[in-house]
Amino acid sequence: MQHPILSVRNLVVEIPTRHGILRPVDQVSYDIHAGEILGVVGESGAGKSMTGNAVIGLLDRPARITSGEILLSGEPIHNKRPDELRRLRGKTMGMIFQDPLTSLNPLLTVGEQLTETIQEHLNVSNAEAQDRAVAALEEVGIPAARARINSYPHEFSGGMRQRVVIALALCAEPDLIIADEPTTALDVSVQAQIIALLKRLCRERGVAVMLVTHDMGVIAEAADRVAVMYAGRLAELGPVRDVLTTARHPYTSGLMASTPLASQGQKRLRQIPGSMPRLGNLPQGCAFSPRCEFAQDKCRANPTPHIQDGDGRAACWFPLSANSEQEVDA
Amino acid sequence: MTTSSNSPNTSRLSRAWNSDLAWSFRQTPVAMVSAFVVSILILGAILAPLLAPYNPFDPATLNLMNGFTPPSQPNAFTGDVFVLGTDDQGRDVLSTILYGMRISLFVGFAAVFLAMLLGVTLGLMAGYIGGWVETIIMRIADIQLTFPSILVAMLIFGIAKGVTPPEYRDQMAIWVLILAIGLSDWVQFARVVRGATLVEKNKEYVQAARLIGRSQFSIMLRHILPNVLNPVLVIATISLALAIIAEATLSFLGVGAPPTKPSLGTLIRIGQEFMFSGEWWILFFPAATLLALALSINLLGDWLRDALNPRLR
Amino acid sequence: MNAIIKVKNLTRVFDVSKPWLNRVIERLPKSYLTAVSEVDFEIQRNSVYALVGESGSGKSTIGKMVVGLLNASSGAVEVDGIDLSSEQDAEKVDAVRSNIQMIFQDPFASLNPRWKVRDIIAEPVAARGGDTKGLSERLLEQVGLSAADADKYPHEFSGGQRQRICIARSLASEPKIIVCDEPTSALDVSVQSQVLNLMSDLQEDLGLTYLFISHDLTVVQHMADKIGVLYLGRLVEEAPRDVLFSSPKHPYTQMLFDAAPRIDGFGREVEPPKGEIPDAINPPSGCAFHPRCPMATADCSKSRPEMRKIGDTRVACHLAE
Repeated sequence: MQHPILSVRNLVVEIPTRHGILRPVDQVSYDIHAGEILGVVGESGAGKSMTGNAVIGLLDRPARITSGEILLSGEPIHNKRPDELRRLRGKTMGMIFQDPLTSLNPLLTVGEQLTETIQEHLNVSNAEAQDRAVAALEEVGIPAARARINSYPHEFSGGMRQRVVIALALCAEPDLIIADEPTTALDVSVQAQIIALLKRLCRERGVAVMLVTHDMGVIAEAADRVAVMYAGRLAELGPVRDVLTTARHPYTSGLMASTPLASQGQKRLRQIPGSMPRLGNLPQGCAFSPRCEFAQDKCRANPTPHIQDGDGRAACWFPLSANSEQEVDA
Repeated sequence: MTTSSNSPNTSRLSRAWNSDLAWSFRQTPVAMVSAFVVSILILGAILAPLLAPYNPFDPATLNLMNGFTPPSQPNAFTGDVFVLGTDDQGRDVLSTILYGMRISLFVGFAAVFLAMLLGVTLGLMAGYIGGWVETIIMRIADIQLTFPSILVAMLIFGIAKGVTPPEYRDQMAIWVLILAIGLSDWVQFARVVRGATLVEKNKEYVQAARLIGRSQFSIMLRHILPNVLNPVLVIATISLALAIIAEATLSFLGVGAPPTKPSLGTLIRIGQEFMFSGEWWILFFPAATLLALALSINLLGDWLRDALNPRLR
Repeated sequence: MNAIIKVKNLTRVFDVSKPWLNRVIERLPKSYLTAVSEVDFEIQRNSVYALVGESGSGKSTIGKMVVGLLNASSGAVEVDGIDLSSEQDAEKVDAVRSNIQMIFQDPFASLNPRWKVRDIIAEPVAARGGDTKGLSERLLEQVGLSAADADKYPHEFSGGQRQRICIARSLASEPKIIVCDEPTSALDVSVQSQVLNLMSDLQEDLGLTYLFISHDLTVVQHMADKIGVLYLGRLVEEAPRDVLFSSPKHPYTQMLFDAAPRIDGFGREVEPPKGEIPDAINPPSGCAFHPRCPMATADCSKSRPEMRKIGDTRVACHLAE
């Protein structure tokens, strides 16, 4: 049987603090297959970036994985030593961060950074590495790549810099790319370019992409499946069209309804009352229950079931059915 | 970052006890030990008139026969016992240390206060007003930085000595010391405050205050100043240790506190004359006190810097 | 005429030269960045006027000039018929000033972390020596928080709650006009809708006029009555909301609409726009958009299009019709 590229099983990340142990990621499970883009959405503090960082092994202390598994092509990586993980990063996993400037070394030319990464992970000669670097830059759409390979990061514009970061993430031919808010710092027109690029790479090279973002529009256009996170837990997981048009979880439904586009022509926007609880102060039962208009006693008393891939889309005791009065006129 | 939700009626004291800073303090043994040592020394200095067995500044109580008594041994002539021994003039070393620390600490605190007042004011002005005000202030700071601060202090000390009449010199010595150390130390306050001000002044709460029509002075004092105090506190702590050492150095060089009113530095200068003749205690105990004081204050400063740095939290 | 704000030929140039010594040594000329160039628009009383644009479009700079945080290099902002830069009567200027307030983008930077919420909200009144008793409590309740929150510090609130506090502060001096600089772009979607609803309610209840600055087209579409689109410091198109969204005239506006991700755009494959926003220090000749414009002709690179009126739309494009 074909393993998914990335398989996260019941992942728990904990941060011990003086006010007790916080769980920014709580029993999260999902798969990403080759050639697939999984969108991870949620509000700030929902644990979406933390999940990505846990997968690449870049959790800042004192945060740590306390249980669950992360399988890369069927092989567990959550218990690897830091140096083994470092080798895996780049070789099999590439990363794209929000701010392209911080992920490039300002003192090295783009070419030096690319060839260094290529030679660290692939056994190729200098000339070959150079050629691959140029090819990588061409692939991400940087014009006159052979000439610009000797430029420093600050000589590129914001959008071009993010392309360089993508080239850097791709040059060792990884199976999985984790893109954490890759377009948040960019303008709309450049964002469209980067999204188109990610989609093309995913399709042509069969890379699995985990796209972390807060922008529902980006998710709708780019992702194949979407995982909605709330207060560290998965709220809903499924094919993007199903989740966004016929949401089962009241949170997803409310999130969609509160985007200005969904309430087109109405005087007031639909709103979810309140705000996401702080991690140190989670309500008993379903974390969304205090803000949920359908919450019942069961929701307030019992934590919701954790969803697994395949069975049940929403972590909710009373999931909205497709034909309930809850319609999302997106 | 963790924040506890305080109900409004919790007392100020319990809020302080529950604050992140207090928590970090309780988690850091080095900080607690340092704070303990510093408090003991400061208390000892403040309560010196009550604690010290003798008053070393009162010549009437001195007995030259008691000179060079080793620690905790009876004097060969008088039979008196001194815990830490006596110096050449028969002054009790413990008492001179307690009284000496008063002077060292007073000079240290006052000099740092002066440096802070000057540095924070100039730094705020340089950062907030900018333009030629900034250029002038920061160039003066740059120029002063090219001289070792002890040299600057000696220069100021020398000038002050020249202009004060001789009969007031001993009285004036301590104030001149404070002025000398304070003036040589303002630069780092100014630099740090200027940097922090540059960051704060572009934040939107400052723009909001400008929009409201607050005066420049009021914005600097009420909005920016409270937000740049964290690094100032850290530098003040470390500067305190440096100022005490600077005072000791100046006094050791003979340009500081007069022998009639010895500070720790003066005591060390007196003591080093007897270092090779076997009377080690005259040097050792003041030096050890200075070391303990400066080291603990420095360690406290290091802890404070880490605890107040949001990035390390 | 019922325009409460008239922006006339507004221009702002920033000196972005290197320090004097560098210029002398490297033989560099002085360089200038024209952030805002000859912008004209009027805001009707009790309406919401939105400025949209990408980074470098000058939208925030215009906002700052309207409230008086920045001076115009040339041109003028008239509020209630009074030109703030040339008016000599200090009393009049002060009266106008207290009529304009601003809400900022970052709710974490716009509240002084060392102040209690009560003092923050009451500051606009306290600074003028007014009576602040009970003011903060009343305003807190007006923006959907509780009066007891007045004793707390900003760090005890979430982003959305902080933005409510900012709104409360901006209301304290009972202004007529509020300039909102990206008020919800730092907020999560579910909180954004709360804040936008609050702003709509307040506009209606208090008869406010908003200058709404945003890069988010969906937010602008919801809030604005009239929209101005900026590109590289110039107004390229201005139209009432429904006109703009149903028939955008300027190719840049059309490009923005196409490029914006849509929540119903599942698997949408669009031809992404060409190129990036040019350097504002050396803007392209003629129409600044011509290097990226799919319709550009030779004329576009030579002469700058003037603002033309087509129906309800004002547009600066040679080819628009």
